[in-house]
Amino acid sequence: MNIIVCIKQVPDTAEIRINPETNTLMREGVPSIINPFDLHAIEAAVQIKEQHGGTVTVLTMGPPQAETSLREAVSMGADEVVLLSDRAFAGSDTWATSYTLAKAIEKLGADIIFCGKQAIDGDTAQVGPETAEFLDIPHISYIKKIEEVTDSAIRVQRMMDEGYDVVESSLPVLLTVVKELNQPRMPSLKGKMAAKKAEIKKMGMADINADEKSLGLKGSPTQVKNIFAPEIKAERKMIEGTAEEQVENLVKELREIKCL
Amino acid sequence: MPVIVNADNCSGCETCLESCPFDAIEMKEGKAVINEYCNACMTCLSACPEGAIIETGDKAENAKASDTFKDYKDVMIFAEQRDGKIASVALELLGAGKKLADELDAKLIAVLLGADESEAQELARWGADKVVLCSDSALRDFNDDAYSSVLARVIQQQKPSIVLAGATPIGRSFVPRVAAKLNTGLTADCTSLEIDKESRNLLQVRPAFGGNIMATILCPDYRPQMATVRPRVMKKGEYQKDRSGEIIAVDLGDFTSRTKVVEFVKEVSEVSVNIHEADIIVAGGRGVGGEKGVQMLEDLAEALGGALGASRAAVDEGWIPYSHQVGQTGKTVNPKVYICCGISGAVQHLVGMQSSDIIIAINKNPDAPIFNVATYGIIGDIFEIVPMLTRKIKEIKGQ
Ligand SMILES: Cc1cc2nc3c(=O)[nH]c(=O)nc-3n(C[C@H](O)[C@H](O)[C@H](O)COP(=O)(O)OP(=O)(O)OC[C@H]3O[C@@H](n4cnc5c(N)ncnc54)[C@H](O)[C@@H]3O)c2cc1C
Ligand SMILES: Nc1ncnc2c1ncn2[C@@H]1O[C@H](COP(=O)(O)O)[C@@H](O)[C@H]1O
Repeated sequence: MNIIVCIKQVPDTAEIRINPETNTLMREGVPSIINPFDLHAIEAAVQIKEQHGGTVTVLTMGPPQAETSLREAVSMGADEVVLLSDRAFAGSDTWATSYTLAKAIEKLGADIIFCGKQAIDGDTAQVGPETAEFLDIPHISYIKKIEEVTDSAIRVQRMMDEGYDVVESSLPVLLTVVKELNQPRMPSLKGKMAAKKAEIKKMGMADINADEKSLGLKGSPTQVKNIFAPEIKAERKMIEGTAEEQVENLVKELREIKCL
Repeated sequence: MPVIVNADNCSGCETCLESCPFDAIEMKEGKAVINEYCNACMTCLSACPEGAIIETGDKAENAKASDTFKDYKDVMIFAEQRDGKIASVALELLGAGKKLADELDAKLIAVLLGADESEAQELARWGADKVVLCSDSALRDFNDDAYSSVLARVIQQQKPSIVLAGATPIGRSFVPRVAAKLNTGLTADCTSLEIDKESRNLLQVRPAFGGNIMATILCPDYRPQMATVRPRVMKKGEYQKDRSGEIIAVDLGDFTSRTKVVEFVKEVSEVSVNIHEADIIVAGGRGVGGEKGVQMLEDLAEALGGALGASRAAVDEGWIPYSHQVGQTGKTVNPKVYICCGISGAVQHLVGMQSSDIIIAINKNPDAPIFNVATYGIIGDIFEIVPMLTRKIKEIKGQ
């Protein structure tokens, strides 16, 4: 069983603040982490390997710094790690990212491909399904439980709005995972040693048979036009006084606007 | 790189470093250099006092599709159904789509899969000029392979300029495949859509970086322009019971699928339903402190006939179940009144409730950011204010 996990290195959005003067993100000092959903994807892949044998390859497309995330993946049990990095990939939107990942996956070969449900920087949740389409294989989104894996098929639970579906698919298949799926393991001492020594396989445009026009910013149908701070309503009215007066006045306001 | 620095003109003033939202400019030997984080947002172009940053025009050659642009005219929405009944997000899309169609002087087309003609008529009453209906029962249950191939084919036939779908579990799962099939862009989870007056392109606004920032996205060189739209953000259109529209029944034959749903397990909690339909939501955050605090909010919600909401902090603490969570990773709501009790007002919470008509904030910290979005703010202790408020309301209502 060959399993590929696609991970993305992202800024920890919990730590991101916006600079009120310039309206830009303050990235300085914000740590880079493995996208939280992708940790669950790595865990799922390693568990399947432990039960069925095979190899887990973790793949990321990003700048050279993403190497640190790949080493972290090794410490969690990944056998091979691949850094897909090339200046030509810069500025990719989800279409171009998925195209590039699919080209690399075609080269590497896989029975099961895992992605996180979404990346916390872009929050799009599009790269998984789009990659599956480029590979011309089925996908199942929001996996919360893997019920059964055989050499040729898989049965999983897919989270939906009002419950869950039990879905079967033939292999190869691409799965996107939610946090309910598992608890990602902490790296073992042995894992940490392996991470230090791990050899990182590098792939660029020339290694994946990609059409240059479909890569990076050039190949991206969508463009970011501008970025701005979330708008804030400014019509607030503070209700002052003692607690009794505050409640009294709030009730009065609510009656005036016919909420009571 | 789509943007480069003309080193001869660069004075090394570093103004551009500040302007870049992506940290994509660095100084090397006293000159600015664009690195691979560049998203081509072009903010730095106008920031540079020397005019040293220029577009390379890398993008321009991609306008290849533009000669066929004029064929792509209308606005299309994907009308999601569950159990054969139109989902409310479809009506919201009709509302949003109608505005765009009017502005473009185009038709509003709805695509309905796996439901009956009566539901198609209903879409017309909610504003669709044309409904493409594929009533095959094989499409009754959601299926990624079948839905994506049918929608892609309908788009190729109808050639809409804009395609909108709900950012629901269904829309977010299969619509990316449609965009990949059609080799066009897709913008996820939009909260606002407008037509650019000059170019007539669709301006798609969405939150990113966990709601810390908003981005406007364009898809200028490819058609259709596709977007998923966050549920409960757009207003439904107007219902006209005498309105009718053209209904085009299509039979697209074979819907082979490589995945199969063997069972659906319903786990719908009453709260999910309530929180979406309630006119009033009383929401608690870390400030509620524990179960006693939650009980106090439930009492207020009950007195008002409302539902209970929660911030992620209250959910992570285990005081309130996840199904009540409002925000970026929870639900989006827009009740008439949203009462925040002991919630600080992190952006990730705000994105889920900002569109409420009236926001009441009760917080003991006068500097809490929640007061910036509140219609009415009370600086005070919820353990003092809330029980008093509940009593008062009960009095008024004679409960
Ligand atoms: C990717 C991502 C997604 C997220 N998604 C969500 C989401 O969907 N929803 C969400 O809510 N959050 C989300 N968050 C978390 C968010 O950033 C905040 O951490 C969270 O909203 C804080 O919750 P809080 O306001 O209840 O708690 P706190 O920030 O701890 O605020 C508690 C407030 O209660 C006040 N208080 C305390 N005691 C009292 C009292 N007795 N009377 C009155 N006031 C009192 C305090 O002054 C304080 O302002 C997300 C974060 C990330 C990074
Ligand atoms: N640059 C990338 N390299 C590898 N995997 C990625 C990349 N971008 C996104 N992914 C995968 O796609 C998932 C969804 O990302 P997104 O569509 O950006 O929200 C992530 O959880 C990753 O598994």
